[in-house]
Order: sequence, then C-alpha cells, then structure tokens
Amino acid sequence: MGLVLLLVIWLITLVSTYFFIAKTWWLPVGASAAAAGIDHHFTTTYILMGAVFVAAQLALGYLVWSFRDRGSSSSKVAYSHGNTSLEIVWTLLTTVLFVGLNLATYPLWAAERFDPAEASAVRVEVTGMQFAWYFRYPGPDGQFGSTKPELEDASAGGEAALGLDTKDPASKDDVVSGVMVVPVNRQVEVILRAHDVIHSFFVPQMRFKQDAVPGLAIHMHFTPIQTGDYEILCAELCGLGHYKMHGIVKVVTQEEFDKWLAAREAEKQ
Amino acid sequence: MATFTTTATIVAPTPPDYATRLRRARLGLLVVLTPVLMLFVSFTSAYVVRQGLPSLDPRTATLVKDWIPVTLPKLLLLNTAVLVLSSLFVELARQQSRGQVQAVLAAGEIHPRVSADDGMSMPWLSITLVLGLLFLFGQWTAWKQLAANGFHVDTTPSSSFIYLLTGTHAIHLMGGVLALFVAAIASLLGLSLTRRSIVVDVTAWYWHFMAALWIYILCLMEFAS
Amino acid sequence: MVGGTGGGETITMATHESAAQESHAHAAPQGFIRKWIFSLDHKVIGLQYYFLALTAVFVGMFLSLLMRIHLIWPTVALPLLGDIRPETYLTLVTMHGTIMVFFVLTTAPQGGFGNYFLPIQIGAPDMAFPVLNMLSFWTTLLGFIVMIAAFFVAGGAPLHGWTGYAPLSALQSAGPGEGLGADLWIISIAIFCIGALMGALNFITTTLDMRAKGMTMMRMPLTVWAWFVTAILGLLAFGVLLSAGILLLMDRNLGTSFFVPLVTINGQLTGHKGGSPLLWQHLFWFFGHPEVYIAILPAMGMASQLLSVFSRKPIFGYKAMVYAILAIGFLGFMVWGHHMFMSGMSPYTAFAFSIMTMGIGVPSAIKTFNWLGTLMHARIRFDSPMLFAIGFVSLFVTGGISGPFLAQPVLDIQLHDTYFVPAHFHLIMGVASIFGIFAATYYWFPKMFGRMMSESLARWHFWFSFIGTYAIFMPMHYLGMAGMPRRYSQMTEVAYLHNLIPLQKFITYAAFITIAGQLIFVVNLFWSMFKGKKAVDNPWEATTLEWTTATPPPHDNFGGKTPVVHNGPYEYSVPGAPRDYVMQTDPEIEPAH
Repeated sequence: MGLVLLLVIWLITLVSTYFFIAKTWWLPVGASAAAAGIDHHFTTTYILMGAVFVAAQLALGYLVWSFRDRGSSSSKVAYSHGNTSLEIVWTLLTTVLFVGLNLATYPLWAAERFDPAEASAVRVEVTGMQFAWYFRYPGPDGQFGSTKPELEDASAGGEAALGLDTKDPASKDDVVSGVMVVPVNRQVEVILRAHDVIHSFFVPQMRFKQDAVPGLAIHMHFTPIQTGDYEILCAELCGLGHYKMHGIVKVVTQEEFDKWLAAREAEKQ
Repeated sequence: MATFTTTATIVAPTPPDYATRLRRARLGLLVVLTPVLMLFVSFTSAYVVRQGLPSLDPRTATLVKDWIPVTLPKLLLLNTAVLVLSSLFVELARQQSRGQVQAVLAAGEIHPRVSADDGMSMPWLSITLVLGLLFLFGQWTAWKQLAANGFHVDTTPSSSFIYLLTGTHAIHLMGGVLALFVAAIASLLGLSLTRRSIVVDVTAWYWHFMAALWIYILCLMEFAS
Repeated sequence: MVGGTGGGETITMATHESAAQESHAHAAPQGFIRKWIFSLDHKVIGLQYYFLALTAVFVGMFLSLLMRIHLIWPTVALPLLGDIRPETYLTLVTMHGTIMVFFVLTTAPQGGFGNYFLPIQIGAPDMAFPVLNMLSFWTTLLGFIVMIAAFFVAGGAPLHGWTGYAPLSALQSAGPGEGLGADLWIISIAIFCIGALMGALNFITTTLDMRAKGMTMMRMPLTVWAWFVTAILGLLAFGVLLSAGILLLMDRNLGTSFFVPLVTINGQLTGHKGGSPLLWQHLFWFFGHPEVYIAILPAMGMASQLLSVFSRKPIFGYKAMVYAILAIGFLGFMVWGHHMFMSGMSPYTAFAFSIMTMGIGVPSAIKTFNWLGTLMHARIRFDSPMLFAIGFVSLFVTGGISGPFLAQPVLDIQLHDTYFVPAHFHLIMGVASIFGIFAATYYWFPKMFGRMMSESLARWHFWFSFIGTYAIFMPMHYLGMAGMPRRYSQMTEVAYLHNLIPLQKFITYAAFITIAGQLIFVVNLFWSMFKGKKAVDNPWEATTLEWTTATPPPHDNFGGKTPVVHNGPYEYSVPGAPRDYVMQTDPEIEPAH
C-alpha cells in the first residue's frame, strides 16, 4: 500500500506539474504595459510555489513508503516530540518566503492602483447594467454630461440606456458606444459605474479587472500596447445574464481612433 | 526499563456541587454574551461606516453625504432611568438569593425547594420584572413618537439605525424578562433553591449587561451624529 | 490485539463527597423518543448532526452534478427536471455552496464528531448544558428545512451565490428567485447562526470547565484543541453574519438602504438610496473568512490525531501544533479583505490585508511540516483512517499552494472570480475537509457502533475519492489561468471559452465517477452498522480517553467512573514501555534512556 500511495501521489504531482510547465492552458498573451511585470511575478510565484508543491508531495509519497510497517524487519520508531530549533527555522524561512514574495509586488500594485491616471490619458466612462456594457467618451469639451436615473431606457440603447440628460450642455458632445475603442500606447482612464447591481470589468489580455459598483464611480487606468480586439467579460455575478454580458475593446492606432471618434461626433449633429 | 509510578487511573465521579454549577453557568453566560456583543459591534461598524459614507449622486456625478441626525424622544431618558433602576433591583434579588442558598447549604439541608411563600418576603424579582416590562412599553411608546414625527424605519439611514439598535436590544431584553419570569414562578415549577439561585444570578448579570449595552446604544445614537 | 484499559486499575473514593449532594448526572433515558429523538445525550446529538450532514451532502452533490451537466450540455433537457435555464444554474450554484458550507462543513466535523467525542476525550460525562445541546441540533435542522423550502416557493431559490452580494441579493426584482426564496435563504442562515452559537457555548464551557483530573490543556488531544478554537471562531463570527442577515432582510422588506445605493432595475427606480454594497461585503467576509477556518480546523485536528496513531509515533511538535491552531484562529479575523481586492476597496487597505494573508500561510505550513515530521522514522499502518489522513495532507498542500497566488493583489487582478478560486477552496474545503470527515468516520465507527467498517470497501472509496477529486479540481487551476470566469452558466457566448470546453468535459466526467464512488461509502456505512465485524474496545491501539471506555460508550461515557489522566495523548513507541502505546490513563511514564 505504501508503494501504491507513493506512485499515485507522485504521478498526480508530476502530471499536473507537466501541464503547468507546458503551459497547455495558460494566461492569454498580455497586451498592456502592466502585463510584463505582472506575468513576470506570476512566473516567480509559480516557480517558488511549484517547487514547494513538488517537494512536499514527493516527500509525502516517499515517507509513507519508506516508513511503512514492515513487521519485525521495521527499524525502531524514533520516539520524539519534535525539534524546537527546526520549528523556528522553518517558521522563519516560510515567513520570509511568503511575506517577501508579496512585498516584492508593492511597486507593481502601486503603479496599477495607487497612482491616478495621467492628465493625457484617454477618458472612457464604462457603465455596466444587466446585461450589457456601455462606453461614453466626453468629447471635445472634456466633460461628461449629467445622467439621470429617471431618464434611463435600456431598450432604446446608447444615450438613453445611460439616462443621458440631453438638456445638459456638456452632454451635447458625449459619444456613447456599445464597443470600447481606444488608441494604442496611450494610457486609458476608465471610470467604472453600474446602474443596478455589482458588475466587474475584466479584460484578461490587459491584465485588468475592477468591480463596477452602483453608488460609486471608480477611477482606474491601463495602457494597451498592442492593437487588436480584446474580450471584455463580466466578472461579478450579476443575475441570469451574467454569462453573456460581454463586450469588446478595440485597440487601434491614434489616427484610427481620432477618425472613429470624429465620425461618431459627426453623427450626433 | 521505563519507570512507572503507581497512581489511581479511575475514580468515582463527584457530582458537581453548587459552587461548580454556579461557576459553570457564569462561564456559559460570559460565552453567550460574546456573540451578543459582536452583533452590536457589527451594527456599530455599519452605523459608523454609513454615517461617513458619501454616495454618488448620478445627476451631478458628485459624492454627497446624506446623513440626517434624528432628534431622539426625551422619553428615552426616562426609559433609561427605569432600566438602571431595574438593574439595582435585580442585583438585590441576586444577593438575596445567594444568601438564601448559602444559609441553607450551611445548615446541611439536602434538597432545598423554593417554598410557596418565598416571594412575599422581599419582592425584588417581581419589581425587576415590572420595571423591565415598563421599559419595554416605554420603548414601544418612543417608537410611536418617532413615527408620529415622520421618522419610520425607512425614512432616513439614521432612523433605520435607531429602530434597528433599539429593536434588537429590546428583543434581547425580552429574553431576560422571560428568564426572570421563570425564576419568579420557581415555586410553581418545583425548582430547587440552588437551581433558582443560579438562574437569578446569571439573569442578573445578563440584565446588568443589557443595561450597560442600552446606555452605550443611547450614547451612540445621541453623540455620534 | 489488546483491548480495554491498560495498566493497573484502582478505584478510590473521592475524599468527602456525600451521596446526598445534589446529583447532576441524569440517569439513562428510557423510551424511544427520549433516547433517540429528543435525546440530551451528546453522543446521540452528535449522530443526529452527522446524519443531517450526510443528507445535506447528498443534496449538495446532486446540485453540483446538475451544474456540471448543464455547463457542458447547456441545451439538454433532463428527465423530470427538464431544461436548466441560466437562472436555474445560478440557483444550483447558490444552494450548492450554501448547503455545503453550512450544513456539511460546519455541521459534520464540529456538530457531529465534536459533540460525540469532545466530552469523552476530556473525560467528561456530557456537555455542560445538555438541554441547550439538544436545542442546538433541532435549531440547525429547522434551518436546513427552511433552506430546502426555498426551492419550493414561488420564484424558487435565490441565484445570488452563497456570498449573497448586495444589491443583487437586496432587491426582490433583481432576478428570479430573489423574492421569497431569498428571504427564506437569509432566515435559514440566521437560524443556523443561532444553532451554531448554542453549540459553541457548549463546546467552550465544557472544554474549559469539565476536563477530568490530570487532563491539562496541554494534554488535550489536538482534535479537542481544534474543536475548541473552532467554537471560539464561531462565537465571534456568527454574530456578525446574523447582523448582516438582519440588515439585508430589512433592506429587502422594510425599505431601508443599508446596502443599496440609488439604483434602477429594468429601468425602474427602487426607492433605495445611499447604501453601500461594500458594507455587505465587509460584514459578510468578516464572518466568511473565519468560517473557512471553522471548516478546516477540525480536519487538521483529525489529521494530526490519525497520523500519530497510525505512525505509532507522537505528533511532531505538539506545542507548535497548538500554537499554530491558535495563530490560525487569531489571524483568521484579520484577513477578510483578501476577498475584496477588486471590490473598490482602498488599494492601501488591500495591500495591508494581503500581508496579513501571507502571514496566515505560515502556521498552515508549520502544521504541514509537522505532519511530515510525524511520518519520518515511523512505523506506518495503512488502515482506512490513515489512508484518508495521508490523502488529507496531500490535498491540503495542493489547495494551500494556490493560496499565495490569490493572496497577492497584483496576481488576484487576473485570477479573482475565475475558476482558480473554486480550485483553491474546493481542494481545501470541498475535499481536504471532507477527507477529515471520512477519516473520522472510519476511525470512530467502531467506537460509535461497536462494529468495524469493511476495509476493502473503504479502500475502493479512498482511491475513487483521492484520484477523482484531483481529477475534478486540479484542471480548474488551468481554467482559471486561461480566463474562465466563475458562475457562468454556459460557455457559448465568449469565443475563447470554446477552447476550454474539452477541459470542462473532463471535469464533468471525473465528477460523475467520483460521486458514484461515494455510494461505496454509503453502502459501507449502513451495511457495517448492522453486519460489520464486531469491534473490540480499542481496535486501533490508540491512547486517548475514548478508547478506555466500552464500545459503544455507556450513557455517562465511563460507566459510573471518571478517568484520571497521567499522560499526554500521543505516547506511542515510548522506549522501554511494555507495548507500543501508553493510554492517557495509564500510570505516568518516564521514557527509558
């Protein structure tokens, strides 16, 4: 039985480790400025934790086989209540490893979350509602017009879905889109809002996730560095349509972005 | 060769005596008061958070604070006095009951029962009971006064908390009232003197806790605005 | 095999007691109702809790089976149940989680085995407050009935997840099932809180005040330490959950706005304003994090116990194990924010929580080192309880290792609300903790029922469960890293998720097989109760107090006697001792040098 346990534990460990190393199913390719740093730290964590995982499981398998009861041919049991020095050593090592690993992420986390967006960032208001995402650009005046809950009409889409107050002068140049278009290599500031329940704006390839909470307007930022279309998924249970509340971020060149925005402004006249 | 010292490995059990049972009951009470405390700590943190919380006004997309303090009915002060007074009386009841048991045990009585005319000599328990019910009635009246002034449970966040805090306290006090009632009719229930004494002791401490908790709640509602 | 008590047995009368002292011990009850239904005996109550949990786990497993079927075959109509709609899927998710966390993981290890064996393991004749103990079971059962009732009311059971985030859970119009079903869900949990608090009261008072002579705190088995600290966690946490439930009920039914800001549902204003959804999360997780330690600590105590017994060696580092249990309990109250890194909470607060969270990984690691240390230079017997204890260690390591990924906020950005999270918590709670329950069942079955369970059926059960659960939950790590979000009822809408369907299929097939394997356990359990080989008093040659008494134990646990303790709980293979175990009641032993 000891040998069978060893073989099964070792096999499970090695097979699952193989799939981690082979990256058969892995993080999608990163497309934001933060991705490199985050992915690097992910790799560091998984190498260190992976080593601990493999060592512990291999040790477990080995020990249950090696110290099985062999009847009279077993060696004497080492009667021991433990080893205090060993306890202190491995406690300290574990603390250093765990806490150190986390402290190393401080610069990354600070860059992502402590620092506000740059003044030159492209601002997009992202609003989640059951079960769609809407994106609003402030237009040339740089101001978002006011929205009123009583004006909301989700079935009409676009500006009506957001409850945009068309009487507000600042609303005149607001562009509302069902697709999020942003220029590459420029910081994007998202202002996250929700109309009804908590949603979450998750763009896996941008290594970006943030809950959109009703009653709050949460400011976050990311910088796409690769053009392309990227999936947005809702990552906080929001009701029966949670699984189909997705959208697209289109990262285009600055030129294409300006053209797109201008065309949308023109439509409004 | 290992050395063995010969000692007993098994003994006849000693049934717990009065002191042990009292200690155990008081320990139990201490344990029970912990989640009650945590309930009100939790409400307090919700209160503090809500009070300081700005919320997003979608019309202006700005954050505004909307805490409107409620003027507490003066009746609450009277109710407080009633509760503190009842605490005094329940303490008298506790001391008296303890004294009775100790006297009886010292005299060597074996299974002392609560005698039928016991409650007549010093009616501390009954007075506490009456004052407790008076407090609860007073709280109910205060609620009616609040409602008459337009503050219902859903009027403002501050009014919600007033009903929540006072209501939860009242429900817990009702538990104490029930325990007092059981102790008061002990002779009818055939409770032993020691058992009644333990009930009175534990209920008295619970009652003091409820009084202190009430004063805390009152201060929170009045001063933390 | 040697049975019965070891060493000399001398009965001495306690010094001055008179029989006239008011006796607290109650005579054994007569009649079926007093004996088996409204019993005050902690052993019967323990069994009642256990069978409640057994019922609940099969309900929970059935719900998860339906979930797994729908995920990979979303359009298939099932016999009797018909179509599973997206909202039905979410109801399954919600009720599966709620039933498993509360009525299985918080019920069987603590209410079941804790009630049965804590008094015996400390040498007490019963719990401190037997009437309250009985009430605690019936309260818990009432909670379960109310929870199940939610399925059958108009609108059905809620879909807001076991975590019940507001405003989704606070607004009756936010989705199907969020009407009466959600109210019943909250009420059920509130009832459960009260039952659990009554139980905690007994555990704590009994452990502190009713230990037999010689049973110092540092001679208590680690199972008792685990039950004791778990009860303290419950004492501090369930009151907060109750408060959150009360506030949520008020928001839902009385028009208050504790958790609900100004929102519109389907374009309609709801009349709420100014509340904070994050307040719900703080209150819920202040309970929720200690809750997961409530779910795992008893299993850790069990693993320590069994590794020692079946290695014929003292547990490595008993003191460190006790400190680790205390540290886990204490730190468990300081890390709740790690569930909220993406919630909109301040990033500074988030980072502080993450440091504390990495800290709590340390006592868990210490326990793992000590388990491995116990196995070293041992003489391991592979009886079924030991198989599950070894399995526990492996699963705990695997589940624990994914913790440091989630605990670091920069990585949690990617992994939060993906399948990486259920991978983590299922391996720890949904498997390791369950293995603790299995291990305890195989170990204590002889003592409870006087018969042995079938070893060969037990081994089949072990292999099905060990390999099967790895097959189910290991792939979820890959799914999470690849970006599969949680609580998606189907994978048909997002293009890149189509590539992950084969992996989901593998998991579903593994789940079918593993759940089928659990039937082996049920058959073994019930068959052995009536037909199992008769057990001796101490079949495992273990040292703790439950093995000094008859099988099954008499009503007052020790047959009119009280044990006197002279040794610690893990005195195995003491050099120079006449046999390889020294009972706690044996005369005090000095190891030969």
